[in-house]
Amino acid sequence: MIRYIRWCAYFCALLLAALLVNVARVQVWEAAAYGANPANKRPAIERYAEPRGDILVDGRPVTGSRDSGQLLRYERTYANGPLYAPVTGFSSQTYGTSLLERAEDALLAGTDPGLSAFPLWYDLARGRPSGGNVETTVRAGAQRAAYAGLAGRRGAAVALEPATGRILALVSSPSYDPAALSGTGGPVKAAWARLNADPARPMLNRALRETYPPGSTFKIVTAAAALDTGVVSDVDAPTQTPDPYPLPGTSTLLPNAGTGCQDASMAEAVQWSCNTVMAKIGVRVGLRAMVDAARRFGFNEEGLRVPAWVSRSNFDTDMSPDQLALSSIGQFNTRATPLQMAMVAAAVANGGELKYPYLVERTTQDDGDPVRRGQQRALGRAMSPATALRLQEMMVQVVESGTGPGAAIPGAVVGGKTGTAQHGVGNAGTPYAWFIGWAKAEDAPLPGVAVAVVVEDAEARRGDISGNGAAAPIARAVMEAVLSAPAKR
Amino acid sequence: MTALTAEVAEPAPPPPPDGSAPTRRGVELMLLAGAVLICVLGHLYVGLATTGRTPEPVGPYAAGLAGAALLAHLAVRLRAPYADPLVLPIAVLLNGLGLVLIQRLDATTPAQLTAGGQLRWSALGVALFVLVVVALRDHRVLQRYAYLSVAAALALMLVPVFFPAVNGAHIWIRFAGLSFQPGEFAKILLAVFFASYLAANRTALALTGRRLFWKLRLLPGRVLGPILAIWLLSVGLLVLERDLGTSLLFFGLFVIMLFTATGRIGWIAIGLLLAAVGAYAVGTFEPHVHSRVEDWLNPFASIERGEGPGQLAQSLFAFAAGGLLGSGLGHGQSFLIGFAAKSDFILATAGEELGLVGITAILLLYGLLVHRGFRAGLALRDPFGRLLATGLASIVALQVFVIAGGVTGLIPLTGMAMPFLAQGGSSVVTNWVIVALLVRLGDSARRPRPAGAEAAA
Repeated sequence: MIRYIRWCAYFCALLLAALLVNVARVQVWEAAAYGANPANKRPAIERYAEPRGDILVDGRPVTGSRDSGQLLRYERTYANGPLYAPVTGFSSQTYGTSLLERAEDALLAGTDPGLSAFPLWYDLARGRPSGGNVETTVRAGAQRAAYAGLAGRRGAAVALEPATGRILALVSSPSYDPAALSGTGGPVKAAWARLNADPARPMLNRALRETYPPGSTFKIVTAAAALDTGVVSDVDAPTQTPDPYPLPGTSTLLPNAGTGCQDASMAEAVQWSCNTVMAKIGVRVGLRAMVDAARRFGFNEEGLRVPAWVSRSNFDTDMSPDQLALSSIGQFNTRATPLQMAMVAAAVANGGELKYPYLVERTTQDDGDPVRRGQQRALGRAMSPATALRLQEMMVQVVESGTGPGAAIPGAVVGGKTGTAQHGVGNAGTPYAWFIGWAKAEDAPLPGVAVAVVVEDAEARRGDISGNGAAAPIARAVMEAVLSAPAKR
Repeated sequence: MTALTAEVAEPAPPPPPDGSAPTRRGVELMLLAGAVLICVLGHLYVGLATTGRTPEPVGPYAAGLAGAALLAHLAVRLRAPYADPLVLPIAVLLNGLGLVLIQRLDATTPAQLTAGGQLRWSALGVALFVLVVVALRDHRVLQRYAYLSVAAALALMLVPVFFPAVNGAHIWIRFAGLSFQPGEFAKILLAVFFASYLAANRTALALTGRRLFWKLRLLPGRVLGPILAIWLLSVGLLVLERDLGTSLLFFGLFVIMLFTATGRIGWIAIGLLLAAVGAYAVGTFEPHVHSRVEDWLNPFASIERGEGPGQLAQSLFAFAAGGLLGSGLGHGQSFLIGFAAKSDFILATAGEELGLVGITAILLLYGLLVHRGFRAGLALRDPFGRLLATGLASIVALQVFVIAGGVTGLIPLTGMAMPFLAQGGSSVVTNWVIVALLVRLGDSARRPRPAGAEAAA
């Protein structure tokens, strides 16, 4: 019997060996595959187990975290959701993240290796550091002014600090409350469906992701190209331009919105927004030089990140002279994001030097220790300093005695350019009202703010005047807010 | 239980005072202290990990565990001084670890706190352990109660038929707020019966019968009949009750003990053949079992159907999440497994939070316990004792294999309780009685023979 007991024992040993081999298979060989299974909730549970770091505006958090008591525990709250939605984006257990919440997700969620001086410690302790905070460059006053100015109309406003590239305001309207997308469950799904079905597209970030025909505001780029290439050397010299202007190679006549554009100088053409003069100048500058100039301002640039990605602004590289003429006044296929046009204004204000726009001033650990500082980077030189100076003078004329008096700020030097962009089939759509500009406090050496505003459904007469009527007051309010509340940094 | 408390024969004379055979009770005490320490530290760790502070009942918990261990140790020291010093510490460690894991899972399911109940059942188990070790002076007494045992076993298995089914199985007795699974206890009684019957009829079983072909002989019905009938009765009853894990266990126990008693490979072959046919039939025609086989073959089918992961998939996720070192007690998410996380799937929590290292340690503890059982069987001199030790060790081994293999996807899942680890009162109590019997058998095996017997041998 002894022998058979031994055999039984060997059999049990065999069973034990089979168990051990199988457990090792599951826990070592196949662990990665099981861990990556989309039905495995563990990564999501871990991700939301700790409160998320906050996004700060003017040093105060505009986000928060709420303990939901659910499996995916901490849900995002937003202090002033619709106002800052174009900056923060949303962070949702159901639909993921967008914008800054997405771009800085690793830091906010606490998985960024920069949050810990000793990442190995957290591996050993099986924990992870608390989520870090993201301090934005946005100024609450400017943001509020832009948001209030748009007042729910479709459009966007962007303000930049020309010398650094800081984004001081980033508003898209109409907006939405990202808090409605936090968490899980029926209300979140309903909110998502409602927001996506809304014809006003409140979740579209018009400031960064929507491109519009820039209309007359693009004339600043054309003028810069003309001055830099020497096509125009004296801005006050009359140009032999008929009114209307026949587009080269066609019988189409390009009209002006106002009168007094016949043979006007370039300065007058900017001041009164003469289509004819600027179209002709664009044709004289030529396709290659116009493309180069547009590119120096940031057009046709893929991969701009602020750090959320920005749509590419377009200036066609292969056009006939008549198409080039239209493109030179911001029509045809020319399209720009509001951020792009703010960059155009900022380049002029900054003496021709274009800074890379950025939204994150610095990131910190939750106790305030810095992790990374926002990099001020040059994007390149958009034009010569002399050209910038002359453009500044011309833009001041626009506000002081041209099409853009609505942007004037008492006690400050303001330059600007209005625009009205035709769009739709046969230009049937309500035109977009544009204003780009910059402002300099009287005692300041450099303009402190550059701005671009677009209002989609401007209920105004067709013509450049709508840029002044609809967009310029918003731009003025934003610039005033920046100038009256100097940065505390 | 009547058998256990019955009048027993004069106990063996006390061991010779010269210490020719070391009792190793000191080793047992030290191991027990280590086991209690591990469990108390685990208890503390779970409290700190889940609530961030020291758990409140740490003092009573530690005192209770240490007291129970000490009590059991004293019973062994007084009444089974030559018992194997590993058996009791392993039982205490596994039971304590189970309590830690249940306490940990309680933290995530505050609506169903079960650690307290499990603690009370464990205390009852230890009390029964003491009772058996103290009252049962000689295991051979049990041999006399073979038919009483089997009658009691069948009665215990029959009773739940009259109680409502729980989770599809008629294996529970619910009475006055308590639920008990009598089938658990029946397996000890059945092992006693098999051991007793086979020990008595082993010669006939091994040597008689008409030869069919080659070495295979048809056993005489007179000898095989009763045992086959009882086995068929019990397995059939369990199939009716849909307690397929236990019926599988009884099947394996029967084959193993029959093989040990007769040494005939043919029995193994026939047993395996019958098991295969039975398993195939049940797996094909029984919807409950059929779905489990399907789950085993494709644990992620429910995910592909868009219904989310099933229990087995969640269990595999938990094991995978543990990896080599585990997430640490209290840091896992094995509560995702659902309602059976504390009972059938408790090993998944161990796998996730203690890792491959921890699960290997636990399986080796079981292996060691089984090994000590077989060792007692080898050292014992009476056939009944040998068979009983083999049977009890096999019960533990089979049960561990079936449940651990089930939750790790090695074999189809069958509802059984991991000895000592899983939440379930009847299981804990039963296993403490098994351990008590192993202690008793080990004591008999290692006890120095009286001088007279030595001379006679």
